[in-house]
This record gives sequence, structure tokens and C-alpha cells, in this order.
Amino acid sequence: MSIEVAGVNKKFGDFVALENVNVTIPTGQLTALLGPSGGGKSTLLRIIAGLETADSGTISINGNDATRLPAQKRNVGFVFQHYAVFKHMTVAKNVAFGLEIRKRPKAEVAARVDELLKLVHLGQFAHRLPSQLSGGQRQRMALARALAVEPQVLLLDEPFGALDAKVRKELRDWLRRLHDEVHVTTVFVTHDQEEALEVADEIVVINEGRVEQVGSPDQLYDEPANNFVMGFLGEVTTLNGRLVRPHDVEVATSPRPEALTGTVSRVLRIGFEVRATVTTEAGDVTTVMTRTHARSLGLESGVQVWLSEAAGATTVPVEPTTTVG
Amino acid sequence: MTSIELGRPAKIRRSARSTLTPVSGLGLGIAMLWFSLLVLIPLTAVMVTAVDGGWDTFWAAVTNAQTAAAIRLTVFTAVGVTLVNIVMGPIIAWVLVRDRFPGKAVLEILIDIPFALPTIVAGLVLLSLYGSDSPIGIDIVNQRPAVFVAFLFVTLPFIVRMVQPVLEELDRDVEEAAASLGASRFTTFRRVILPSLTPAIAAGAALSFARGVSEYGSLVLLSGNLPNKTEVTSVRILSSIENDQRASAAAVAAVLLVISLVVIVVLDIIQRRVARRG
Repeated sequence: MSIEVAGVNKKFGDFVALENVNVTIPTGQLTALLGPSGGGKSTLLRIIAGLETADSGTISINGNDATRLPAQKRNVGFVFQHYAVFKHMTVAKNVAFGLEIRKRPKAEVAARVDELLKLVHLGQFAHRLPSQLSGGQRQRMALARALAVEPQVLLLDEPFGALDAKVRKELRDWLRRLHDEVHVTTVFVTHDQEEALEVADEIVVINEGRVEQVGSPDQLYDEPANNFVMGFLGEVTTLNGRLVRPHDVEVATSPRPEALTGTVSRVLRIGFEVRATVTTEAGDVTTVMTRTHARSLGLESGVQVWLSEAAGATTVPVEPTTTVG
Repeated sequence: MTSIELGRPAKIRRSARSTLTPVSGLGLGIAMLWFSLLVLIPLTAVMVTAVDGGWDTFWAAVTNAQTAAAIRLTVFTAVGVTLVNIVMGPIIAWVLVRDRFPGKAVLEILIDIPFALPTIVAGLVLLSLYGSDSPIGIDIVNQRPAVFVAFLFVTLPFIVRMVQPVLEELDRDVEEAAASLGASRFTTFRRVILPSLTPAIAAGAALSFARGVSEYGSLVLLSGNLPNKTEVTSVRILSSIENDQRASAAAVAAVLLVISLVVIVVLDIIQRRVARRG
């Protein structure tokens, strides 16, 4: 049940939200749409759901053209950042909503609601009102409600964006496990690269309305297509005209061939990690290493060091037009 | 230990019954005094006057054919107008909140005119439009529709203005969630939007009914105040007082008071039912 997005364009007034977007989202997988805020990823998700219409281009779900289909007929489950609960209905009624609309027999609805509430660990909250639940619980209820209608695809728009860091991490792990159980084709939008790298099978990086790269988390991290992807997926620093990750910069205290020399200007310790800024002729270079390693090198301000790329490091040549770095 | 544990539930129960501190107690006192002076004492005085002359006088006043006709006309018209408002009010509010069109700002202001206009001016306006030399050819002077139209005019803003802020507060993503679950526009309105609006509609309806029952200024010119035909209770009360029949006036007032109370309570019950059912 793959989703095919072909040649989609969308403008809001003068603002180009999506520009000639072509993506295939594979069946049964958990795909992340990753990118900075305002980059068009939510718009793409809403177009797939039918909540927004593309100016041009087509959407097909499971081989059927859905471009002109209203949201009601697409059979997609949608989960919103701010939960979008039906405030006046109990948790059980919220989950039952889609089934009741489809006029399923009462006994079947009750059984399915029961099963879903257990799946999202809300079994004992069936008769509560949403206002009596925490944010994380509300979002799990919203997920159960979306899953109730057995959607062809499940779409989540920044599902954990409104939650605090701890709950967010819990729900993220839980979503991964849930997906392994339910196996419905799932697409979620996030601007948090860690979330995408940790949860997704496949990541679509979207920036300024365009798809920058599509691939597995490893592919994106190890073989970024350009400066933007390299910069968005993790920290970068510039060494010898190439973008490189700070932990891939090797620091030596004696001269080495082809190494760039400089002076340590700042050392900052964050827990087990030490970040050292080295001032060279070509500008500042940031390096990251473990506390133990820094101690063995005797790294402190004013020390002269020689910097080189670690063997097998991921690097990308600096493109003059980008501002990433 | 045991005594402490036993003591605790009692404390909780007490705090559930009342949350008054000395300061909030003073606040309550002032509120009650204000409320008593303005509302409770005058209302009691009316009730006392109504039954002053004994039950027979009261009953005679209320069952007097002309008075009974006036009460019937007033209550039925107020109910009818309120029903119309229950349908029209949310529609107007919806248009004002959800649609964008030229002249919207003007319409926003026009809605409040029935609030702002002195009622006798409203009466003049209605008379010039629906009077004997009506420019649109509708003459309802001295007929019952005159009362209906006057009530409609003055009660128009109530439900609109109650529903509008609630509608503005409604999250659009809730409607989108309903749509993605397969609900048609109508189902979404009936099962998701309407339950959220019901308390506001009920409150507006109660105000609209109360205003209708009490209306005087806007209809006296147009309705002609014909006994047994277009005479409403407020006019009837005034004529009773002019004829020095204080007890009779108070009796009618008492009946209206009871009817208004009943309507407000019934609307509140309906509102709770609908809001809970979803």
C-alpha cells in the first residue's frame, strides 16, 4: 500500500510551500518527513490526507488515484500535533467515532474499542473525558481513534511536538514498537533529526518545499547528498574546505603529514563529552571527543594541535551558496 | 495515627462543601447584599403584592379573559421567536466567523443595532417599514405578526453574540479529524460542532425568550395594543396600573416570572442533556 506523490506543487499566496515534489513512500514502513519548520513537510502530509489540495500533481494511495478524493473517502488515519480530541466525548466514544459513522454493529464497535484501548494502554480510562488525561495519554487516544477505522495509511503531523522531552522519548519508542505490531504504512512529520533517525525506516528530507534526499537513516547519515542534509542531520564543522562531523576530526599533539595546525582556544566539558574549539589559519574548527581521550592528549587552551579527518569519516565539499556550517 | 487518618476524609468533605476564606466570605456578603437590593427584594415585593388580596383576587386577575389572552400571546410569540432564533442565530454567527466577504465589518456592527437602539426608535423603524404606508407593501399594523416581528427584531443579537466567540474558539483540526475519520460535513456539524455550541445557544435562547416576554417599546406602535388580539402582557400590566389595579398587575407579573424561570430551567436541562450525549 505505497503512497505515490508525483509532481506536486502548492502555493499559499506568494509563498511556495511545495515545488515539484516526487516521493514514493514504501508499504508497511515507518517513514519520517524531516525538515526545518516551514519547509513544507506538514503541507505534504495534509495533501496526502486530503485536508489540503495540491495546485498540481497527483497523489495515489495503494495504486488508486486519490488526487480528487475528499478526506472522508481516503481512509487515512490522521493524528494532529495538538491531539484534536472531541472534548465532550469520553475516551471510548472518541475511539468509536469512526466506527459509529460507518454504522458497524454495536457489539463489534465495543469489542474493537476495547482492543484498541488496550493496545494504547488506556484500558482503564475508557470512561474518562479527554480533559482528565495527560498530553501523552491524549495523543495515544488520538492514535487509537485513527487506527480504529483500519486506515490504509497512518499519518502523524508532529505527533510528539507538544509533549515534554521525557514523554516524547517514551512515546517515540512506543510508536516504534506499536508499528512493529500493527504494520500499517505510517508517515510522520518531525523537525527533530534525532527522532527521525531513531524511529524511522526511511527518511525524506524536505527543505524549502523541495525533497533534498530520500533514504534510510544510515544512508542519510553516511552519504548525505548535499550540505543541507549533512548539516541538518547532525553537527558539522569545516576542515580543509569540507564539511565534517566534529567527532570525525582527529586531534594530534605532534605534527602529522597533511594535518592542519592550530591552537586550542576553548575547551568545554559536557558530561562525558569534551568540545574543543581550535583556531586555525582557515578559521575555527570544532572537535568533539570523550573526556578520557581529551585527558590523555592533555588538551587545554593554548596547546598547539594538528587536525585531520578520521579514516572513513563522512565529508561533503562546502558549497559556496549554502549557509550551513 | 488512626485518628489522623480518620480525620482526613472529614476535612476533605468539608472543603468540598465550601471553599470560603474570610476574604472570599466578605466578597460573597457584598455580592448577596447587592443582589438582594437589586433583585431579590423587589421580586419578593411583587410576589407579596400579587397574593396580597388573597388567592381569589390573584386567580381572578390571571384568569380574566383579556389578561389570559395577553399572557398566551406573549408566551407563545416569545417561544416562537426563540425557536426561530435558535435556527437563525447560529447560522448568522457561522457566516460571521467562518466566511470572508465584502461588507462583513458593516454586518458585524449592524447585528448590534437592536441592542443599541432605544426600543421606541426600533418601533418607529418597524412602523415605517411594515406600517400602513410600507415601501415594500407589507402592512402588519394592528395584527399579531407585528408582535412577532418586533420580538424578532429586538432578540436578534442574543444567540448570535453568544455563539460567535465559542465558534471562534473551536479548533479547526477537530473538524479535520472528524473528516479524516469519514464524517460528512453534516455529521461533523451534528456530532462535533453542535455539542460545543449548545451551551451558548441555550444561554442565548434564555436571554432571547426573557427579552421577548418583557418587550414593550418596540411593539406598542406597530401592534396597536388591541385587547384580545395584539395586546401583550407588558402593555396589560401598564394599563392595570393606570387603572389603579396594583394587585392585578402584580399577579400578571408573578405569572410571567414563574414562566420565565421554568423556561430558563428547561433550557438548562436540555443543554446539559445535549452536551453530554455528543
